[in-house]
Amino acid sequence: MSLWKDLTKGIYRENPVFRLVLGMCPFLAVTTSVENALGMGAAATFVLICSNFLVSLFRNIIPSKVRIPCYIVIIATFVTLVDMVMNAYLPDLHRSLGIFIPLIVVNCIILGRAEGFANRHPVLNSLADAVGMGAGFTLAMVILASFRELLGNGTLLNINLLGSAYQNQPLLIAILAPGAFILLSFILGFFNILEKRKGGRQ
Amino acid sequence: MNPTVLLSALLATPDSGSQGFDIGKMMAIIIASIFVNNFVLARFLGICPFLGVSKQLDSAIGMGAAVIFVMTLATLGSWAAYNLLLVPMGLTYLSTIAFILIIASLVQLVEMILQKFSPALYSALGIFLPLITTNCAILGVAVLNIDEKYTLGYSLVNAIAAGIGFTLALILMAGLRQKLELADVPPAMKGKPVAFLVAGVMSIAFLGFAGLGG
Repeated sequence: MSLWKDLTKGIYRENPVFRLVLGMCPFLAVTTSVENALGMGAAATFVLICSNFLVSLFRNIIPSKVRIPCYIVIIATFVTLVDMVMNAYLPDLHRSLGIFIPLIVVNCIILGRAEGFANRHPVLNSLADAVGMGAGFTLAMVILASFRELLGNGTLLNINLLGSAYQNQPLLIAILAPGAFILLSFILGFFNILEKRKGGRQ
Repeated sequence: MNPTVLLSALLATPDSGSQGFDIGKMMAIIIASIFVNNFVLARFLGICPFLGVSKQLDSAIGMGAAVIFVMTLATLGSWAAYNLLLVPMGLTYLSTIAFILIIASLVQLVEMILQKFSPALYSALGIFLPLITTNCAILGVAVLNIDEKYTLGYSLVNAIAAGIGFTLALILMAGLRQKLELADVPPAMKGKPVAFLVAGVMSIAFLGFAGLGG
């Protein structure tokens, strides 16, 4: 039961992006297309699962004074792995994600889960937590990326949805930097309203 | 470290060996890093401190100063480690791990030195220093400098300019948010949502710099 709870809480109740407002830098930067969002989500989820697993496994061995450097080394190792694998097999995605792959190291979500969950929960729960949080992060990125790609380019996963007339003159700002901030602001506002409705009903 | 090695590194490009210091290119880097590719508003680096520490003007200034300081030191450290250690040994794939360790230990070191020798500065910057380790702008500038194959001189210029750009965005945001306290914001948009909206409007303003400096 609690395992199921650890798995599902990341998706809505403690969604790392919409509810906890963590991991903003890659979230805003790579959501220019759904493809990038999925790639980034997969990379971050992989690192999250591996780091949560190791941190949880070694939670009684790592001295608490040097735990943060230990976590950072664990995370950086897996980020390097992802970086090399992606460079070898998905060079286009690697190019479009650019410096945000090495920057997964400083993604607050991953260090936050290591520090806030994996270091005092058993391995299985930590794995469930990592999968849930990774899915929540990916889902959040896909939501924002869908808006940005559809408005800014008229496509979704590179499939033209709004016709060539729209594509000739799209709402370009959605795909540029300001669009990320403004659309995220509206999405967060929408979640606030949703939360208030839910609170009123109970 | 041997000072002559550092000096020759400062004056020569590692890739081509041509003359290293070009004022025009330096100006282009400065303008690009502060305005056109502003770290916060165009590159999305350092959003967490940008939102977290921008509630008051004086803490924004303190954070900005700390970031400029650590960014410059981190660039120096990461550049030296990459070009003098990792490249000769053929270990460039370890750069991410090396950089984050350098930054983390540097922050710790700066904190200890400040605490010992300059309590006044420590009390001003102290609380911001631990936050800086996980500031992606610091690691970002180190990685960008390597990607762009900048010389040590250009790297330092780029780091300082990026820090100034970060501080500029932070101070502007802090000023706006102080005014925003008194504004009549719809309840659903209070707090983070309206802060992102303001950041978006500022980002539109910074789009106007596109094309400046090439």
